[in-house]
Amino acid sequence: MSDWQVKYKSTVKDRGARGILKLREGMLLFVPNDPNSDSKLKVLTPNIKSQKYTKEGSNKPPWLNLTNKQARSHIFEFENYQDMHACRALITKALAKCEEEPNKPAAVLTSAEQLSIADLELRFKVLRENSELQRLHKEFVETKVLTEDEFWATRKKLLGKDSIRKSKQQVGLKSMMVSGIKPSTDGRTNRVTFNLTSEIIFQIFAEKPAVRQAFINYVPSKMTEKDFWTKYFRAEYLYSTKNTAVAAAEAAEDEELAVFLKPDEILAQEARQKIRRVDPTLDMEADQGDDYTHLMDHGIQRDGTMDVVEPQNGQFRRSLLQDLNRHAAVVLEGRNIDVDSEDTRSVAEALARVKQVSKADGETTKDANQERLARMSRVAEMEDLQAPQNFPLAPLSIKDPRDYFESQQGNVVNEPRGAGTLKRNVHEAYGSLKESILEIRTKGLSDPLIKPEVAFEVFRSLTQTISTAKNIIGKNPRESFLDRLPKSTRDEVLHHWTSIQELLKHFWSSYPITTTYLHTKAGKLKDAMSNSYSQLEAMKESVQSELRHQLSLLVRPMQQALDAAFQHYDADLQRRAAKSARGSAGEANGHWNYNKGVIIV
Amino acid sequence: MASVASKLYSDDVSLLVLLLDTNPFFWDTTSTTFSQFLSHVLAFLNAVLGLNQLNQVVVIATGYSSCDYVYDSSLTSNVSSESRGTGGIPALFGSLLEKLEDFISRDAELSQGDEHVDRIASSLLSGSLSMALCYIQRIFRTGHLHPQPRILCLQGSPDGPEQYVAVMNSIFSAQRLMVPIDSCYIGTQNSAFLQQASYITGGVHHAPKQLGGLFQFLTTIFATDLHTRGFVQLPKPVGVDFRASCFCHKKTIDMGYVCSVCLSIFCEHHKKCSTCGSVFGQSKLDGANASSSVNDRKRKAPDS
Repeated sequence: MSDWQVKYKSTVKDRGARGILKLREGMLLFVPNDPNSDSKLKVLTPNIKSQKYTKEGSNKPPWLNLTNKQARSHIFEFENYQDMHACRALITKALAKCEEEPNKPAAVLTSAEQLSIADLELRFKVLRENSELQRLHKEFVETKVLTEDEFWATRKKLLGKDSIRKSKQQVGLKSMMVSGIKPSTDGRTNRVTFNLTSEIIFQIFAEKPAVRQAFINYVPSKMTEKDFWTKYFRAEYLYSTKNTAVAAAEAAEDEELAVFLKPDEILAQEARQKIRRVDPTLDMEADQGDDYTHLMDHGIQRDGTMDVVEPQNGQFRRSLLQDLNRHAAVVLEGRNIDVDSEDTRSVAEALARVKQVSKADGETTKDANQERLARMSRVAEMEDLQAPQNFPLAPLSIKDPRDYFESQQGNVVNEPRGAGTLKRNVHEAYGSLKESILEIRTKGLSDPLIKPEVAFEVFRSLTQTISTAKNIIGKNPRESFLDRLPKSTRDEVLHHWTSIQELLKHFWSSYPITTTYLHTKAGKLKDAMSNSYSQLEAMKESVQSELRHQLSLLVRPMQQALDAAFQHYDADLQRRAAKSARGSAGEANGHWNYNKGVIIV
Repeated sequence: MASVASKLYSDDVSLLVLLLDTNPFFWDTTSTTFSQFLSHVLAFLNAVLGLNQLNQVVVIATGYSSCDYVYDSSLTSNVSSESRGTGGIPALFGSLLEKLEDFISRDAELSQGDEHVDRIASSLLSGSLSMALCYIQRIFRTGHLHPQPRILCLQGSPDGPEQYVAVMNSIFSAQRLMVPIDSCYIGTQNSAFLQQASYITGGVHHAPKQLGGLFQFLTTIFATDLHTRGFVQLPKPVGVDFRASCFCHKKTIDMGYVCSVCLSIFCEHHKKCSTCGSVFGQSKLDGANASSSVNDRKRKAPDS
């Protein structure tokens, strides 16, 4: 039923007007009981931005607070929580339906307009950081040569990395134990108040599967969630007082309470299974001096009191060690469910499901058992009792490093070579060399060592060589030609380089042309490329004469690439024209009706 | 490796390692005689030693079948009694000539068996480069105080492609040690090895046309120490011949196959790399192209 008796207030302090709240298709209507009051209200569901409500456990009355898009809030006080929850659920459903509808027409829009704000911001950020990219973007996207999507299509890596960084980090569990959460005690009214958040609930369910099971069984069939938690915390309180007699008494009375007080059966079963799977070759012999086993809690007092174990009520005790171990195990496992809801029951069910799955996986089949046994026997074998094993031996092959050096000289092919085939007269050659040395020893260094004309000639030719080389290459052999250009020309050349690369990338990726979209794209790119080409030519003209040659050498590969692209474009056009001319007469081939003249740049 | 610490010396102290080409088959064919050549070289060495008191000179003779150290200016036993009698030769070089003569005789003996080998009459450049680098390495290890070393290669014989690998290895070692290799090529053909050596190590390459003015060339270009080269303009070759020789036949090639593991160069398709042993796979496009998937092209640096 979608009509409720409510009190409508516009603020918290307002006394509120009684009336009927009706939820209809697409809107919320409030009709006051008193026909004279003017607090009639009509709220359209699309206008509702958010809804807040008071919780059951708190002392506040059941309120539902709706804020609309103009930031006005409407507070409705319901008669009971059930009504409020029902109304809330219906409103949520209505809101969800509203959101779906505008999305359906949006699917028809092109992908460019479905970009979320986050994506756009990301793109701006990337552009801002990279000025070269920004320049390219300005040149192409704003002159409509390329669309946004095409521009970013090849740069997904730039965008993707950022978004990965922004994705939510998985939060682990707190390492503080649940039992460390102290309630607030009110000495006057003798009330103890526990604050439960969903985080705490999750932790309780993760650590104590018996509690979770009990929740699934008892709520909401046997008791409400509030009662459940009350009982649970009573049990905790009983534990903390270490009064086992009282605990036993209460357990006997209250069946549900007993569930919380007795040791966790599910956990015990899991532990038993794990113990069965421990490798028997593991040496678990404890050190003789560390004998903890018969001292409860390692002798550590949990609450500062000495305790004496009473055997008959032993089951109502829990040791710190057990709690600590269990908590540690859960924290290390981490958050293994993704349910983020407020609803305790769904959390419990999700956890139960996960446990089922892991249990199914962990069940050892017969084969697994066999394999384990085989492995254990292998590890535990005693060497003395083994038969001597003769392993097959592989011969050792050590290569002689000299092979490497000799192979380098070995394969000289004996081919007759021009001048070298004459049989050389070794003796003669060396003889003449020795004579020369003898000559110099007797006669000494030649005098004059060098004729002045010759020396002058040497100087002249050297100077000439050096000065011409300087003009061509530059002072530093390692210096690149780009550094010698004036800065503006240099920047222009570099920019042309990147923009031509970008254009060519898109141009070649749009072949083979199968749709009109690709065709127009190729046409636009070709125009942009011709533009670029003419700009390059202009730049070559504008530069000083001594740099012109080197610049044209530098620019030549760009122009060659552009020429190749133009050629391909024209060849493709001609081919299409020829094909369409050959095709059936009835086809309307208006697209391909271009000039057949080849454009030569 | 070199010289943060040679700042303790003045900047222009240098150690010059001269690789002298004593290939008889080359000297047979030139117009200049070996004795004229030697006189230019000896005067040049004197000039280098005169530039700075602490300069050192080491001469290594590059023969046809062997190489050897012929002169070291830092040794004290340089002055031999014999040379004092004859005029003209600086006393310093008496022992150089003596040792050179001995070296040539030994080399002659070693080359006796090689009469019928159809090999380009190249001198053992790789051997002398290695010896030079070993000497320089020893100098580096003597401590902080050492002159700045460089290698000057006086070569006339053509390149022997069978030495390609060894020469390139030496060049790269020199690059690592930051030792420039200057080269003066006095032969008729172009020497790709020397051009590459000077280019890679940052040295100077020059091929003088007139051997009559060799002394002038040497003192103008090759006598400058490394520090001075920072503010002196030296001639640069306009292009460098980067051609390699293949590892299998030692032919000089322009286009060939390169092993993608060890970068060895082959002129024809092989199943297995002979240097590193890796097996070449079949290429996917098995068609007109030879079926290797490691096709590569060696480029020449632009010549003007």
